[in-house]
Amino acid sequence: MDLMLNKDQVAVQEAIEAIASDFSSSPTDFHGFALVSPELESILVDNGFFEILAIPELGPVSAAVTVERLARLPYTVETALSMMLSHVLGDVERPIALADGLRPGRFVRQANTVVVVDDDRIGLCHPDPSEVVDRPDALYAYPMANLVSLDGVQWFSDAEAERVKTWLRIALANEMAGLLQGAIDATVAHLSVRKQFGRPLGSFQALRHRLAECTVLSEGVRWLAVKAAWSGDAGDAALAAYHAQDAATRVIYDVHQMSGAMGMTLEMDLHLWTYRMKALLSELGGRGGQAKAVGQHVFGV
Amino acid sequence: MDFAWTEQQLNFRQRVKSFIEANLPENWEEIAHGPGSSEQTEFAKTFCGRLADEGLLVPHWPVEWGGEAADPWMAFILAEEMWKVGEPRGGQYMNVNWIGPILMKFGSQAQQQTYIPPMGRGESLWCQGFSEPEAGSDLASLRTKAELAEDGYRINGQKIWTSYAGDADTCFLLARTDSGKSGISIFLVPMDTAGITVRQIPSIIGEGDIHEVFFDDVLVPESARLGEEGQAWDIIGAVLSLERVGIPRFALARATLSRAIDLLKQYGRITPSVIEQATRAKAACEAACLFSYRIIDQRAKQIPTGAEASVGRYSTVNCERLVAEFVVEHLPESLCGDHPMLQAHHQRGIVAGIASGAAEIQLNNIATQYLELPREPR
Repeated sequence: MDLMLNKDQVAVQEAIEAIASDFSSSPTDFHGFALVSPELESILVDNGFFEILAIPELGPVSAAVTVERLARLPYTVETALSMMLSHVLGDVERPIALADGLRPGRFVRQANTVVVVDDDRIGLCHPDPSEVVDRPDALYAYPMANLVSLDGVQWFSDAEAERVKTWLRIALANEMAGLLQGAIDATVAHLSVRKQFGRPLGSFQALRHRLAECTVLSEGVRWLAVKAAWSGDAGDAALAAYHAQDAATRVIYDVHQMSGAMGMTLEMDLHLWTYRMKALLSELGGRGGQAKAVGQHVFGV
Repeated sequence: MDFAWTEQQLNFRQRVKSFIEANLPENWEEIAHGPGSSEQTEFAKTFCGRLADEGLLVPHWPVEWGGEAADPWMAFILAEEMWKVGEPRGGQYMNVNWIGPILMKFGSQAQQQTYIPPMGRGESLWCQGFSEPEAGSDLASLRTKAELAEDGYRINGQKIWTSYAGDADTCFLLARTDSGKSGISIFLVPMDTAGITVRQIPSIIGEGDIHEVFFDDVLVPESARLGEEGQAWDIIGAVLSLERVGIPRFALARATLSRAIDLLKQYGRITPSVIEQATRAKAACEAACLFSYRIIDQRAKQIPTGAEASVGRYSTVNCERLVAEFVVEHLPESLCGDHPMLQAHHQRGIVAGIASGAAEIQLNNIATQYLELPREPR
């Protein structure tokens, strides 16, 4: 067992860190929800970051670490599915979106490929612009849209669908790990500078302990998610996705509570991570869906 | 990054498992109701002796002390397999984890010759005289005094919540030789020394686990002091670095959950709600396991461990709690004695957030060292 990144993986991590540093602050005049960065997307495309999973020295672990790091940014780009599902979807064009039937999904408008989940079926479609309805008023901090029908979907075989579902869970868990960390980082920054009763809020034990507990959950998600990326195992994937959605359910509320009125404003950016997490909470059947998969793949029930 | 075990590690785990299978009696789960119970302590003497004969008691110790200088992964695999079945080494796990290694580092030649060989043969049982009625998490406020007289140190004071004290032959004792944090020293005190009184405290965690220990004018020679006067805090720091991961509690929690699910299947009690609660507990067990592995990986690479150890400890508390709550809700008969292993887990699990430093101390460490939040004013 070697739980450190290898030399090549470290090199990728350093490269993504350098890129991320240019996108670590939101524009001061941005007070909205979906902060998308075409510029960041171009840089990732030009530097081959969407192909790292296929490179043997890097593989899914490197892709997972990259997805996690990018999810910590205030800006968003469709990364998780493109970086983590290329080997199970075959030769499809990105961006890739996930749509649960006709429900709204993130990046469905921008996607050249949409993975469609419909109960136990999974398939692909490449919708025309007329087959997509934008949801511009969505609160989810991603660009949201939905399909108008499932007519053009090519459905996978059961075995293929199971494999795709496993990697969707792995992608979800790694993205959630970054979103959790982004929300915690923003809260740490706020609690470190905001003073009440003559001292920083972060020096009050009630808040220190609460945020430390959020950190334990968030770190757990990160490790389960990267382990699932390494193994590609259906049980590991379902456990990681369950823990991701379960942890987010608690952390979202806690970081807003700790950030007080400041966290309610669109000036603080906290919502960029928490409302993205909310978008991920319902994916793939939510916690009930992941638990059912854990029952099947881990507990044999 | 690679989560796979090496062939050597797989073989070693199998060797440990086979040994356990061959050496635990059929009624083991009835005996294993508490690591401090007289039955388990008695069994541990035989079991640890056999482990020593097989080279499985102290494989991570240096060759000169009877070990094989095995890496930290081997020691942890051994600990996982032992804890998973209810720790048949009883209180002797402390000897092999940290008391032996600490004596190798700080002990005098005479102390090493007296105490280390019996530990390596599985023949001795220690207790740690740390907590006092007024000094639990705030250990540095301890009051037990060791005053230097002509004939040695005279020790007076009281320890409490001391595990294994009823059967232990030696105490790893913290006592004050001066004021302040730098005035604490360590003494290795035979428990049959005149003036020591041990009283078992009845507890919810099982028979023989916690005690009060009274020291009334206990006389020990100067040679019983470990290290220099006032060196306790440095030595405790070294103890903590050996115990960063602590007991692999997640291993028993995980095994308990697995047993509970088997029983629920057998009883036809599996529902979607049961599966979801089991999933939450399982995820917590696996997260705690990975945190521990990360620390072992750091130790194997000689990388200092920081507050991630506290993240691991707190995560373990979470998993113990979730598994215990799961069992109580879905297999209530476990606490009536129907399933001794599940009951034993329940009784031990409650200790997870209290023993070896309260969980809240871990949260403080995470807040200060990991998140770098402003410190609390003192």
